[in-house]
Amino acid sequence: MSTASVPLPNWIAYGVIPLLNLLVAFLISGFVVWLIGENPLDALVLLLQGALGSGRGIGFTLFHATSFIFTGLSVAIAIHAGLFNIGSEGQAYIGGLGAALVALALDHYVPWYVTMPFAVIGAAVFGAAWAFIPAWLQAKRGSHVVITTIMFNFIAAALMVYLLVHVLIVPGKMAPETRTFLPGGQLPTLEWVMNLFGSKLEDAPLNVSFLIALVMAFLVWVLIWRTRLGYEMRTLGVSPTAAVYAGIPYARTVIVAMLLSGGLAGMMALNPVMGASARLQVEFVGGAGFVGIAVSLMGRNHPLGIVLAAILFGILYQGGAELSFDMPNITRDMIVVIQGLVILFAGALEYMFRPAFVRIYQTFAKV
Amino acid sequence: MSQSPAIELVGIDKKFGAVHANKNINLSVAKGSIHGIIGENGAGKSTLMSIIYGFYQADSGEIRVNGQPIAIRDSQTAIAAGIGMVHQHFMLVDNFTVLENVMLGAEGGALLAKGVSAARAELKRLEKDYGLEVDPDALIEELPVGLQQRVEILKALFRGAEILILDEPTGVLTPAEADHLFRILGVLRDQGKTVVLITHKLREIMAITDTVSVMRRGEMVATRKTAETTVGELAELMVGRRVLLRVEKGEAKPAGTMLSVRNLTVKDGRGVTMVDDVSFDVRAGEIVGIAGVAGNGQSELLEAIAGIRKPASGEILLDGQPIDRVDPARLRDLGLAHIPEDRHHMGLVLKFEEYENSVLGYHRDARYGRYGMLDLEAIRKDAMEKIEKYDIRPPNARLKTANFSGGNQQKIVVAREIERDPKMLLIGQPTRGVDIGAIEFIHRRIIEMRDAGKAILLVSVELDEIRALSDRILVMFAGHIVGEKTADAGEQTLGLMMAGIAA
Repeated sequence: MSTASVPLPNWIAYGVIPLLNLLVAFLISGFVVWLIGENPLDALVLLLQGALGSGRGIGFTLFHATSFIFTGLSVAIAIHAGLFNIGSEGQAYIGGLGAALVALALDHYVPWYVTMPFAVIGAAVFGAAWAFIPAWLQAKRGSHVVITTIMFNFIAAALMVYLLVHVLIVPGKMAPETRTFLPGGQLPTLEWVMNLFGSKLEDAPLNVSFLIALVMAFLVWVLIWRTRLGYEMRTLGVSPTAAVYAGIPYARTVIVAMLLSGGLAGMMALNPVMGASARLQVEFVGGAGFVGIAVSLMGRNHPLGIVLAAILFGILYQGGAELSFDMPNITRDMIVVIQGLVILFAGALEYMFRPAFVRIYQTFAKV
Repeated sequence: MSQSPAIELVGIDKKFGAVHANKNINLSVAKGSIHGIIGENGAGKSTLMSIIYGFYQADSGEIRVNGQPIAIRDSQTAIAAGIGMVHQHFMLVDNFTVLENVMLGAEGGALLAKGVSAARAELKRLEKDYGLEVDPDALIEELPVGLQQRVEILKALFRGAEILILDEPTGVLTPAEADHLFRILGVLRDQGKTVVLITHKLREIMAITDTVSVMRRGEMVATRKTAETTVGELAELMVGRRVLLRVEKGEAKPAGTMLSVRNLTVKDGRGVTMVDDVSFDVRAGEIVGIAGVAGNGQSELLEAIAGIRKPASGEILLDGQPIDRVDPARLRDLGLAHIPEDRHHMGLVLKFEEYENSVLGYHRDARYGRYGMLDLEAIRKDAMEKIEKYDIRPPNARLKTANFSGGNQQKIVVAREIERDPKMLLIGQPTRGVDIGAIEFIHRRIIEMRDAGKAILLVSVELDEIRALSDRILVMFAGHIVGEKTADAGEQTLGLMMAGIAA
């Protein structure tokens, strides 16, 4: 019997094995660091200190994590319905347009907490709209959603550059970006949370959208495991033939799942656009949509796992930035290598150690 | 004759989990003959051939080619040993030419030019020797199926096959194409090649083979010289005299017509007509059984009635209401329940926990939750009640469905569909892969449903099951209903009808 189907207790499957994968990723990263002539332990300490050693570090870590939670949830929801949405990047980009238009329209007149719900809706609607066409093509025409969403990433990038350079740019300015939002169009930082722990955010842009991300994680959990729609999506995702038998409409379920996925991706824009820079800029997504794929994979497509994986990637982003600052030998590209190793071991090779654990477990379970 | 057989199998045994696909198979195929292997779908024919071709490894047993024991680890070894296979589903590259397909895997070097001219010459020779005319530069996708199959045969011969295995070769062919194929096989035999023909069609066996072996439920039950056997004997061997399952049941008291099928025609995904102008009625309070060798349109018929497959033409009425364009969800509301043939891919989502499957298809019902939510409490309670009533083991609604045995999985489906108290129940293969105890239980539930005045349409390839449960038996062959018999019809009569011999 193959070892893949042997059930392992949860504490091994979801505790020991992921930790071991992470450890191996760090060991190999350490080896790479050693190869380029730096001390791996020093590097690790710098990385962790940069990410978690100060209120500012934690603030930046959670700021990055916020974006990854949104995009991770976006990818996960589609995967539960059997769809691989690679377009979170583009959907987030267009979502930024929705958020920015709301902020530009309202920031003169109302405080931020009135703008916020409209901005959430605007970002979600724009992100969902960008996912709609690939969704419709998949549902009605059978065009593979992987291909169409990739293409839509490129279209989104080109469209946004056009809009920022020709339409939304501030007249007379050189930078392709909108005007800075007034406080009524900004999401405030979570300084008060840091103060609770006797710490300071300083210039770290951790903001209210982190809380929105956590709420969304909970809502996604409810949707997937507690609602009829989630049940239908999971049925379709695991067994399309059983879905036909059960009378679950394929086209409708695919489109709804992709709209939700696109909406969550769109909400990611709240964090950088309204939380950090207070304006819409070119390429503000910066790959968070693709990181979302790794986050979802590592978090086993479960909202709680996604939040944890997003924080891990936040640590790698923030700690990595500090590390390359303090150890000039370790460039920005080396950090990407380390992130790649984490994805490789925690995601793609997640089953590498499983057979060994199954053997060990069976030996002990028999005794 | 002292010449050693082309292929000899000694004690081949293969299990897939709990399924014993091949039990201690012994077979000897004489050189220069056409050897037929016949049996129902699921009898283990394809598994056996896959072992010979190296797709699967036998758990035990020995394969001898020309008297030499040989370990066939993969298809390369099989090809090297002179074994060629023509699969049921062609393994051709659609947008390559005939020549490119034939060469694929035997290009003969990094540069193609030399191989191409050699292959072209070899193709010419094969065409001449065996009468296998195909334009070497035609694209596969532009060729009719019959010619595509010829390319598969050429591919095998090109690799030097002395032994040719054909798996259900006529399934996709028109009768004329099939006749042509048989002529080619005859030529191949006369040139000294050995042909193994796998089929469930008796007519083909009688028309072309020299020797025939019959498989049933993973066992090789008999080998006969074709000239010395009859269709009747083969039919009986194929269907078999199984342990007679007797279910206590009284007279049926049929009432009004519940299901009415009128001139129904159904096509499969490839556009081949599987159900051809079929009409029948099922009345409330009776069980109508559809007997037939698998693959004669029963599955498509059932799926069409269940709303899963759109019929090409014809009419289906449930209690007088047309339902041939109604989706499965609405059909459930109308009181049509369906125990599907394939519980692994349709009836259940194996990765789900048991309770999640206990509402599959009925999950929109108000009793399982309102306002778009699922009331897990209510669903689990409901699932536990069914588990108790149907003695599903282990009695754990939170267990992953894949971890239940086949019999218990089937009970999950049966419980779900019967407990909804439908007006009409469609049942496909209710006891496939189910242990004896569960078979009895499921049969009793079906009879109870009948006695409660429900209309039941039963499709099964187990003739015993059909005879034990049905009040009327319809026999399906090649998409037609070839006759109706009462439950006391003899096994041989039904067997002949199933083989398309007598009406």
